[in-house]
Amino acid sequence: MLTKRIIPCLDVKNGRTVKGINFKNLRDAGDPVELAKIYAEQGADELVFLDITATINQRKTMCNWVSEVAQALDIPFTVGGGISSVQDVEVLLKLGADKMAINSAAVKNPQLISEMSLAFGSQCVVVAADAKQIDNEWFIYLNGGTLKTKWRLFDWVKEAEQRGAGEILFTSMDHDGTKNGFALEALNKLNNLINIPIIASGGAGTMSHFKDAFQIGHADAALAASVFHFGEISIPELKQYLKNQKIAIRL
Amino acid sequence: MQTIAIIDYGAGNTQSVKNALLRLNCKVLITSDAAVIRQADKVIFPGVGHAARALISLKATGLDALIPQLKQPVLGICLGMQLMCKHCEEGDSKGLEIFEGNVIKFDNQLKVPQIGWNQISNLKSELFNDIDENEFMYLVHSYFAPLNADTIATSTYGLKYASAMKKNNFYGVQFHPEKSGKVGAQLLKNFLEL
Repeated sequence: MLTKRIIPCLDVKNGRTVKGINFKNLRDAGDPVELAKIYAEQGADELVFLDITATINQRKTMCNWVSEVAQALDIPFTVGGGISSVQDVEVLLKLGADKMAINSAAVKNPQLISEMSLAFGSQCVVVAADAKQIDNEWFIYLNGGTLKTKWRLFDWVKEAEQRGAGEILFTSMDHDGTKNGFALEALNKLNNLINIPIIASGGAGTMSHFKDAFQIGHADAALAASVFHFGEISIPELKQYLKNQKIAIRL
Repeated sequence: MQTIAIIDYGAGNTQSVKNALLRLNCKVLITSDAAVIRQADKVIFPGVGHAARALISLKATGLDALIPQLKQPVLGICLGMQLMCKHCEEGDSKGLEIFEGNVIKFDNQLKVPQIGWNQISNLKSELFNDIDENEFMYLVHSYFAPLNADTIATSTYGLKYASAMKKNNFYGVQFHPEKSGKVGAQLLKNFLEL
């Protein structure tokens, strides 16, 4: 049986993880490699790294840590942040990353989705859709939620799917950071609309929020950052809880 | 120390496979050189991406003729396994005809690609030594090989299909052992011990 995935997300800046990590027995809390290994040992199904300083100057740093993570990690990982061309993707895949999350570059140039999918296969193309609700309508936002676009969420993910996206990483900016649960209604609607896996993001606060994302939102995977980094929810406990709730989970 | 050749034909996640093998302490060469591949103790034929395109690049280098003639243990991974079958629906391409299966696309009632950890069952090979029935492996694929005479493991996604195959010295796995944690590492270790 295919299982639902639990995905910790790490923000990386200048080759170091940020946002504060609070783990015991960690030699260096800022080292992406150390953290990646801990999460893999705890049973994370996958990891996502978002490079929040990815500019052309930062590329070299990014290549260094991606390469180090790939050497140390034996589960799949996605890299995002500033990826804007097929050349960027080729370099990162060659270093050992499995998937690429693209966001602004895809909205600005949807053709990039088609090009990536044709060159490397749809399995490595994760379209990250950050959205906010305005008068009951979901709109795609860029630049960390500061720039509204003309795209409506549901039209955009349909477009992304048709162009060959292999997966959608849907972040509700309304829910992100609230710890009040995922955007269940939107997730459910996305699930009915498209035929590729959906990763739910934004709003995780309790273990039951994950259950709801899977059972009500029908998400295929759930992503969270701070609840894992600060040890508010431990991955082994979460996975055991979900299994007890009759959700297909890898223990 | 054994030498493992990872076949490089521009469509593989060769670095990930290399990283996984290096963790098991062997010498790894990523190569498209026929002489190097022939001499290696073991050969890995990885692959991600599009079947028809991959076959074009295999043909351009003559690797399509070399692979079926190899005598040492050969392990095809994901697209590599699919290309070792008779035929691939993706791009309507003839495969290398090592395994029985005709590779076809998952039903569109399912989410495609299948992405994530799924169980492997009905294990029938030394490739699965010290691996329990129904263990989890990481998979990401849109096409699959239906059950056939060469099947040595099955998985279920909508239907039961062949997630591993074997014929003579040739092995193929649909899942990614190089990305499947400790269980995947055990499978690669078993392959190295063949």
